[in-house]
Amino acid sequence: MKKLLILGAGTAGTMMLNKLSSVLDKNEWQITIVDQHETHYYQPGFLFIPFGIYKRKDVIKPKRDFFPSEANVIVSEIEKIEPKENRVILKDSKVLSYDILIIATGAQIKPEETEGLKGELWHKNVFDFYTIEGACALSNFFKHWEGGKLVLNITEMPIKCPVAPLEFVFLADSYFTERGIRDKVEIHFVTPLPGAFTKPRASAILGDFLDKKNIKLTTDFSIARVDNEQKKIISWDEREVDFDVLVSIPTNMGDELIARSGMGDELNFVPTDKQTLRSSEYENIFVIGDATNLPSSKAGSVAHFQADILFENILSVIEGSEPHAKFDGHANCFIESGFGKGILIDFNYDTEPLPGKFPLPGVGPFSLLEETKMNHYGKVMFRWMYWNFLLKGTELPIESQMSMAGKRM
Amino acid sequence: MAVKEYAGKMVELDADGNLAKQTDWNEDVAKALAVEEGIPELNDRRWLVINYMRKEFEAKGDAPSIRKLTKESGVDTKELYTLFPGGPAKKAARIAGLPKPKGCI
Repeated sequence: MKKLLILGAGTAGTMMLNKLSSVLDKNEWQITIVDQHETHYYQPGFLFIPFGIYKRKDVIKPKRDFFPSEANVIVSEIEKIEPKENRVILKDSKVLSYDILIIATGAQIKPEETEGLKGELWHKNVFDFYTIEGACALSNFFKHWEGGKLVLNITEMPIKCPVAPLEFVFLADSYFTERGIRDKVEIHFVTPLPGAFTKPRASAILGDFLDKKNIKLTTDFSIARVDNEQKKIISWDEREVDFDVLVSIPTNMGDELIARSGMGDELNFVPTDKQTLRSSEYENIFVIGDATNLPSSKAGSVAHFQADILFENILSVIEGSEPHAKFDGHANCFIESGFGKGILIDFNYDTEPLPGKFPLPGVGPFSLLEETKMNHYGKVMFRWMYWNFLLKGTELPIESQMSMAGKRM
Repeated sequence: MAVKEYAGKMVELDADGNLAKQTDWNEDVAKALAVEEGIPELNDRRWLVINYMRKEFEAKGDAPSIRKLTKESGVDTKELYTLFPGGPAKKAARIAGLPKPKGCI
């Protein structure tokens, strides 16, 4: 009996488990998945919690609801991977050997990486919304807030869902307008990037949206520390921004397990072939989702497109051939822009987000790089698709490779 | 492709204004690039960073991030910003004759 082991039962790991379980011969392959947590979080939903649009119950479900009934599931922390021995050591010293390993251990926020960020104001006037705790604490804070300086700060790239910080300020504009106190709230977007987003054309268009919504933009700001007493953030080159409430996107890092196993880069991301998703160092190890060091977005849609590619490549390797399917860096993101509208972007490693219609050329129903109500419905519908199809590994009507059809150069 | 003169030498630049060919790089070109970046003099600490970046690029094929620079070059983040005001990784890479570090998405 051969063994395929999946570490991490988040979006990527769960998709791979479902896809592989339905095709691998049960007499030949035993598939095991390991995760320390029993709850699955719909992370894209965290964004909506501070504004009271979603509650905690809207973004959580038991992980077991998404596992195939015959799946071999181990709930445990993982001590380390020993890639040269083809084995994984669990917290209780139990040893799991494998023929093929899939690493899907994701990324987490590390506020400890920035001086003063996790200081006395943490979850009082300084919040994150990348954890359920942070998002809920911020929701409680906003309910009673009368206005002042709201600063959103990205500490450093890469981060999960690079559009989420923009969505946050767009939604804040909408939320405080509806509460009738927008004139008392100064919204300030402070980023280490040279513009509103990573890609030039989208950055220009999204920058215009910030302007239109009266959101102040400060670029090239690399945060050095948070001054909890004076309530300000200070950059390495000694520029200062005052805040009454700071919403931070802390440093994102891969799991500590990767560092303990000596398999990561300086951010604990695993060096991975950007096309085949095979580990750069070990032939029988594959990496998917946020755990990789790929220059693609860390997002569920990306993990989904990667899963199609990795599924093919694992089957190739099992049949004794080389992995031939190639991931193109495809990402597809609905950007909530407030007031019931949204913007859609679709891009890959080589093609930056372009305007046009999606997925049907000339028809849509979604519009690329434009603000429409239909794009917002797409985002709302996505949660339902996520729970009901995506995690279960069902095909979605979007190709894993990006298409130029419908895009305007 | 743009061509520009640095230290008496005509060199090709890529779309970001960085050297298109690393073989065009030498210490005098580096000094001229530094002046253009608003750094009048390349002292020992700056050379330490530049040489580290060149070594890393040769080994890995990509210019290192600030985080990696801090961890491995022996120069901390605060000093990096003093040595290369505005954007240490980007500026030092340009002076070192390397392409702009791959931006993370």
